[in-house]
Amino acid sequence: MDLNRVSRRNFLAGVLGTAAAVPLGAALSACGTAGPGQAGAGEAGIWYLTGQPQESIRLAGIEAFNAANPNGKLASTFFQNDAYKTKIRTAVGAGQAPTIIWTWGGGGLRDYVKAKQVDDLTDWFASNPAVKDRLFSSAFGAATVDGRIYAIPCETVSPIVLFYNKKVFEQVGAQPPKTWGELMALVPVFTKAGIAPISLGGQSRWTNMMWLEYLFDRIGGPEVFTTIAAGTTPNAWSHPAAIDALTKIQELVKAGGFVTGFQSITADSNADQAVLYTGKAAMMLHGTWTYGNMRSAGGDFVTGGHLGYSAFPTVEGGKGDPGNTVGNPASYLAISSAASPEQKAIAQNYFAKGLLTDTEVDTWITKAGTVPIVNGADKKFSTGSDPTWLQFVYDLASKAPVFQQSWDQALSPAAAEVLLNSIEKLFGLTISPQQFADTMNAVPKS
Amino acid sequence: MSVAAGVVPPTARRRSGGTGSGGAGSSGAVALLVLPALVAFTAFGIIPLIGVVVLSFTTWDGIGTITPAGFANWATLLSDPQLPHALGVTFLIMVLCWLVQTPLSILIGVFISGQQRYRGVLAVLYFVPLLLSSAAIAIAYKALLDPNFGLGAGLGLQLLAQNWLGEPGLAVGVVVFVVSWQFIPFHSLIYQGAVRQIPVSLFEAATIDGAGRVRQFFSITLPQLKYTIITSSTLMAAGSLTFFDLIFVLTAGGPSDATRVLALDMYLRGFRGNLMGPASMIAVILVVVGLVIALALRRIGGTDPNASQLEGA
Repeated sequence: MDLNRVSRRNFLAGVLGTAAAVPLGAALSACGTAGPGQAGAGEAGIWYLTGQPQESIRLAGIEAFNAANPNGKLASTFFQNDAYKTKIRTAVGAGQAPTIIWTWGGGGLRDYVKAKQVDDLTDWFASNPAVKDRLFSSAFGAATVDGRIYAIPCETVSPIVLFYNKKVFEQVGAQPPKTWGELMALVPVFTKAGIAPISLGGQSRWTNMMWLEYLFDRIGGPEVFTTIAAGTTPNAWSHPAAIDALTKIQELVKAGGFVTGFQSITADSNADQAVLYTGKAAMMLHGTWTYGNMRSAGGDFVTGGHLGYSAFPTVEGGKGDPGNTVGNPASYLAISSAASPEQKAIAQNYFAKGLLTDTEVDTWITKAGTVPIVNGADKKFSTGSDPTWLQFVYDLASKAPVFQQSWDQALSPAAAEVLLNSIEKLFGLTISPQQFADTMNAVPKS
Repeated sequence: MSVAAGVVPPTARRRSGGTGSGGAGSSGAVALLVLPALVAFTAFGIIPLIGVVVLSFTTWDGIGTITPAGFANWATLLSDPQLPHALGVTFLIMVLCWLVQTPLSILIGVFISGQQRYRGVLAVLYFVPLLLSSAAIAIAYKALLDPNFGLGAGLGLQLLAQNWLGEPGLAVGVVVFVVSWQFIPFHSLIYQGAVRQIPVSLFEAATIDGAGRVRQFFSITLPQLKYTIITSSTLMAAGSLTFFDLIFVLTAGGPSDATRVLALDMYLRGFRGNLMGPASMIAVILVVVGLVIALALRRIGGTDPNASQLEGA
């Protein structure tokens, strides 16, 4: 549950979204005595997200750093996910940002860069090559804007993988799909057995998006979306591969591939996972952050070995490398340009010495069951509860020729909102692939 | 922008509460007493409203610089098919909510206005939904309506296991139902108070004249409730305009924008899309529409708030 909440950006669409609507005054008064982002003298402020087990790992990291650096401490404030999104933008816009700004990278970071609110870290990384080389190189893509690095990747990687329920596959005597054709062929097999082929939390919208992310890549290669994201080519969404992918997904919807009523199912309540582990559905495409909840809530589903997982199927005749992966490459920390030189020094010290320390790497693996973005972290997997799973995630992420960041985070927030809205309509079969492409092409490039 | 969203309720409250305040003395003491409210209203109502109007002529993503856009925003928005759609959905939900809530509220209000003890107990029970927060109600209904694990699946009733939040028509129905479920208690309470204000002598006289209960209801109770109906309707209309939290949690405007009301559209544009200019325009439209509706309802209710309703009493 918690893993889910913090690993994604949009997820708590509902529940806590209302928290974001709380007037600013109330939010401000809840920020403790130091005031938001206004760390005391000789301190640098950092805002983090709440939610266990991540919160305690972050806090432990900061405490260890403060103990080792009594003259340059961090003052941390924790915020709930959706409340944070509104708050950090308001704070950055008002010049009240903390020294260290937590971001999801991609389009949101690009907005900060455009507004000249965050520091360029390219030169700092050049003079501290050890810091950069230690981390997954695939994690830096979403931290880079126009060739310059503006944030340091941190914490863990969450690729999107195809989960399946081994029990129901045995029941119908089928094998997990390796190709799109096999996937389509499985739909009538499961439907006949009274099992939904695929679980999907369609109300959350970004869940549907993951299907498109992979289909675009498998059919047309990663260039299709990178061209779209660059925003320089007109009508990039009308690429033949894009239209093909959009058509294929509607074929899957029409064939009854997704569980009946998927538009009513939400991912924030983890109901989509429940559909899979209760055996009501055979497959689910989801982020690796769902593993933790399926393990704790699914009875013996994970511990009994009934959870299967694989990379996304290939598409016959498609151009994309089967190793390409989509998902969340990391979390990111940027330095506010409004901070004082002393505060920036503390932040850089924290980036170099306080992030992903050996102790922290261990905790991510053992306590959270996640894969930190550190090269060679797999040597420690034997200490985790499910080394096979961790190794699968590690290989998927570290060996991916291209690790595409989730679209809604890679695009500008304005484009992402139109995208999610259009995806919902595409899956609801209320617009055609061509209409989808036209709508997206019309979104102003920023 | 969150300030802008807060503009409407105070003005709405003013409008509806404003009936019948004429005729007070105009001494200096009154002006002094009015001052605190006036200052607060200006600071938190009028000034942000001006800010929103100004913002609606600019381009701003919340963090960058605010650049004037002239009438470009307005031109774009007014030709955006999303706007008439959102307006249409807002009015559809407003009208449906009114049609469901008003008759039920009047009936329940009349029922619980009786002095019998069991009616008092029921009145307390009816009141319960009003004590719950909208977000909590929405989350609870979302869980109940889940097609795989909700009420339908739990009780094994196929009828209840629909794609409630996934079919546009059903989703609108669900929103209207949940809104009504939440607010009928409130309006019942208003009607209860109003019914108790009707002089008993009217009913006694009607009984002597041989009028039955139904006849009394239509000939005495309903006409006597005229102003209460207007007050309650104004609250419903203004409430529907600013309706946000419940729909946001329940459907987030979906499926396929079927429940994307204006207030939600404003939030999604402003805080999800970071388009503060267009979001401010919608806020301005909301204020204008709210004012027009409130004024129209007052007009229907007659211009003289002190007119007697007790002719023939």
